[in-house]
Amino acid sequence: MVVTTSWYLTLAAILFSMGAVGLLTRRNPLIMIMCIELMLNAVNLTFVSLGSELGDLGGQLSVFFVLVVAASEVVVGLAVVVAIMRRRQGATVDDLSVLGG
Amino acid sequence: MDAAVFLISAAIVLTGAGGVLVSRNPVHAALFLVQTLFGVAVLFVLQDATFLAAVQVIVYAGAVVILFLFVIMLLGVDRAEDLGVEPIVGQRPVAAIVGASLLGMLLTALLVSVDGPTGAHGANTALGDAADNTRLLGEALFTDYVFAVELTAILLTVAVIGAVVLARRVRGPLAPLPVVVVASVADDGEQGDDGPPDVVEATDASDEGEGA
Repeated sequence: MVVTTSWYLTLAAILFSMGAVGLLTRRNPLIMIMCIELMLNAVNLTFVSLGSELGDLGGQLSVFFVLVVAASEVVVGLAVVVAIMRRRQGATVDDLSVLGG
Repeated sequence: MDAAVFLISAAIVLTGAGGVLVSRNPVHAALFLVQTLFGVAVLFVLQDATFLAAVQVIVYAGAVVILFLFVIMLLGVDRAEDLGVEPIVGQRPVAAIVGASLLGMLLTALLVSVDGPTGAHGANTALGDAADNTRLLGEALFTDYVFAVELTAILLTVAVIGAVVLARRVRGPLAPLPVVVVASVADDGEQGDDGPPDVVEATDASDEGEGA
């Protein structure tokens, strides 16, 4: 059996969908950020797979920048979670619906 | 050989993702996330992206998940969450339907509609073998993409400053989160002086309320 690019793309699609379902169902803000990380990893897998399929380094370069942006996003997101949890212990995202305006 | 490595890694990735979805304890979810990230790193190695595999392990498993665990321990939210209650009626079936249709659309877009990857070679920097991977990435990043690298440096600096500003301890008592009141406009007059402030700056809001 030869591993083709389609296998990787299928796995990435499944991983992305699982992350999306987790983002829609879970209420703990920490776990929601983890689900966003799952989705970002699925996209990274797609980038690397298509890059190696096309013989192009651009896919891996994109993954590099996605990694940097994901790290910054986690840092700011966790700081927001800390600021929220100080005000109300055990807050879920349902308690933050006032942020919707 | 490749197929066996791929299948084992895919099983590791998917079980880790499922663990993040269903684990009730945030610490367990973070550890399942590590499992998924390691699986993805193995898949990167399988595709000769050795530098990204190393960065994946160091940055994600080494920094990001540790940050998650720090926050979990700092806030003391490492108690189990009751997944039995469904806060919004019908939320989970709708989420499952949305996820399934998203999966269908992704598979269609990635595999069917374009007849799969064509195998035509890209016009940008050529992809070397695994031994050359790091050198080629470094050369591309610091020649063609050097402006983007500088921008990511600015982004990281801004993120660090923003995190410090957001998470620092402010002086004085913290205003509580405003309680969600649907008909808050109509009820403002009745609630009097102990009503929940509309904005976070409690002192300003109460002053204005008393003046009005």
